[in-house]
Amino acid sequence: MYSPAIVAEAMVNGLMTGAAYALVALGLTLVYGVLHIVNFAHGALLTCAMFAVLGMEQGLGIGPYAAILPLGVLFFLLGYALQRYVIGPSSHGEDRNTLLVTLGISIVLENALLAAFRSDTRTLGGDMGFDVVELGPMLLSRPRLVGCAVALVVAALLWLLLARSDTGRAIRAVAKERFGAQVVGIDPRHIFAVTFGIGCACLAVAACLLLPTFYVNPRVGNAFVLVAFTIVVLGGMGSVVGALVGGLVIGVVESLGGLLLGESLGQLGIFLIFILVLLLRPTGLFGARA
Amino acid sequence: MLEVKGLHAGYGVVEVLRGIDMAVSRGEIVAVLGANGVGKTTLNKVFSGVIPAWAGEILFEGQRIDRATPDAIVAAGLIHVPEGRKIFPNMTVRENLELGSYRRGKPRRARNLEHVFSVFPRLRERSAQAAGTLSGGEQQMLAIGRGMMAEPNLLILDEPSLGLSPLLVEEMFTLIRRLNADGLPILLVEQNVVQSLEIASRAYILENGLFALSGSAAEVSGNPELRRAYLGM
Repeated sequence: MYSPAIVAEAMVNGLMTGAAYALVALGLTLVYGVLHIVNFAHGALLTCAMFAVLGMEQGLGIGPYAAILPLGVLFFLLGYALQRYVIGPSSHGEDRNTLLVTLGISIVLENALLAAFRSDTRTLGGDMGFDVVELGPMLLSRPRLVGCAVALVVAALLWLLLARSDTGRAIRAVAKERFGAQVVGIDPRHIFAVTFGIGCACLAVAACLLLPTFYVNPRVGNAFVLVAFTIVVLGGMGSVVGALVGGLVIGVVESLGGLLLGESLGQLGIFLIFILVLLLRPTGLFGARA
Repeated sequence: MLEVKGLHAGYGVVEVLRGIDMAVSRGEIVAVLGANGVGKTTLNKVFSGVIPAWAGEILFEGQRIDRATPDAIVAAGLIHVPEGRKIFPNMTVRENLELGSYRRGKPRRARNLEHVFSVFPRLRERSAQAAGTLSGGEQQMLAIGRGMMAEPNLLILDEPSLGLSPLLVEEMFTLIRRLNADGLPILLVEQNVVQSLEIASRAYILENGLFALSGSAAEVSGNPELRRAYLGM
């Protein structure tokens, strides 16, 4: 058997990875919950964000943590414009159009990145990724610890925004009752775009937190989005708390799976959970029962 | 304050409203009455900017609003309490009311909330409850309360008595009269002819997208045409 210290370290490591997963899943679940569309461009947008972090560091000398705010704002605006002027108008109110449009956007983005950066895998460089913090018997990666803390703060802020602000209330109102929202003067097109923008801002923050310990290539986002879909299903489609809890659970499962079954089989547990949730509790942990 | 001239509108190729002329003045309760499917809800949707007018003019306090967006119309103070209430079922009663002042009346939100609670004490009791769990009558009160939060200059009530028990219908009409007595002009769009005519000052009878009959409430209720227009006989 493994010593308790190793298992504990694996679990904490899992929680830290899970926090980044949760951030990616938050954007996905929010967009699904409000716009009722599955955003197939989510992975490609995450990849773009990760290249943007790389560019900020190598071009402007701005480190990944300093880039959180500017990239968060930039990706909010990008997401807003994408939904307001491309996805929204091209869907003509049909969900299947949106599916194809977001899929198309992901193909365009991925290939644009491929053309610009080739398929090489890149990292931030430097030794930031090897920084460790000693916590009792455990050695923890400092950037992942920071990532975990920031991800939790972002999730809390998002929850506050949705629960307390007028914009957050409008987002929840439009999600359930579009006509009712219009008669109080909410413009659904604006709120949809804001929601999509928030989803993209989450991706930018996730990218800033991931890059110190992760690599980037033009297809890297897809791996995260596959996991994020599992988290959204586990937590409940559209639930912010579900995405956070689901992300942490999946992170721990992956980490323990890696410890027990070997690194290459670590993700087995994730998809096992995915299938079990769909079989036994299709609404997820925090999903509303329709 | 509301003036409509030669209004045409519809869906796709189907024309529903075929030339509507009407007006609402300050302090009035004006009733638009008609059976199912004559165009009442379409008329309301054109007023609130959700579907476009094909032709004609709508003037609200002197401003053209037939090309305005729904949020601009709310901002101007023309507030629609829609058929079927359309409250936000996943949010609390208080949140529903607060969203009523999303576009208009936000600076006086706390004061207006107090006012709505004093008109509907039941809503105060239920303020932390999810709106979807309210009874039909309470949901209707909430929908009206949400409209009042926007400090309406004119309130459009679309079928407020729909789905309520006879006792509650009576209560609802008493309430509408009271709101009007406080100085709020109301456009009442209803199927319930008898009770609507009791509280309205003037009425229009809508039939197949045109007004078959109009005049003071007393004239309209005394007119033998009413039976024919309303019952389609």
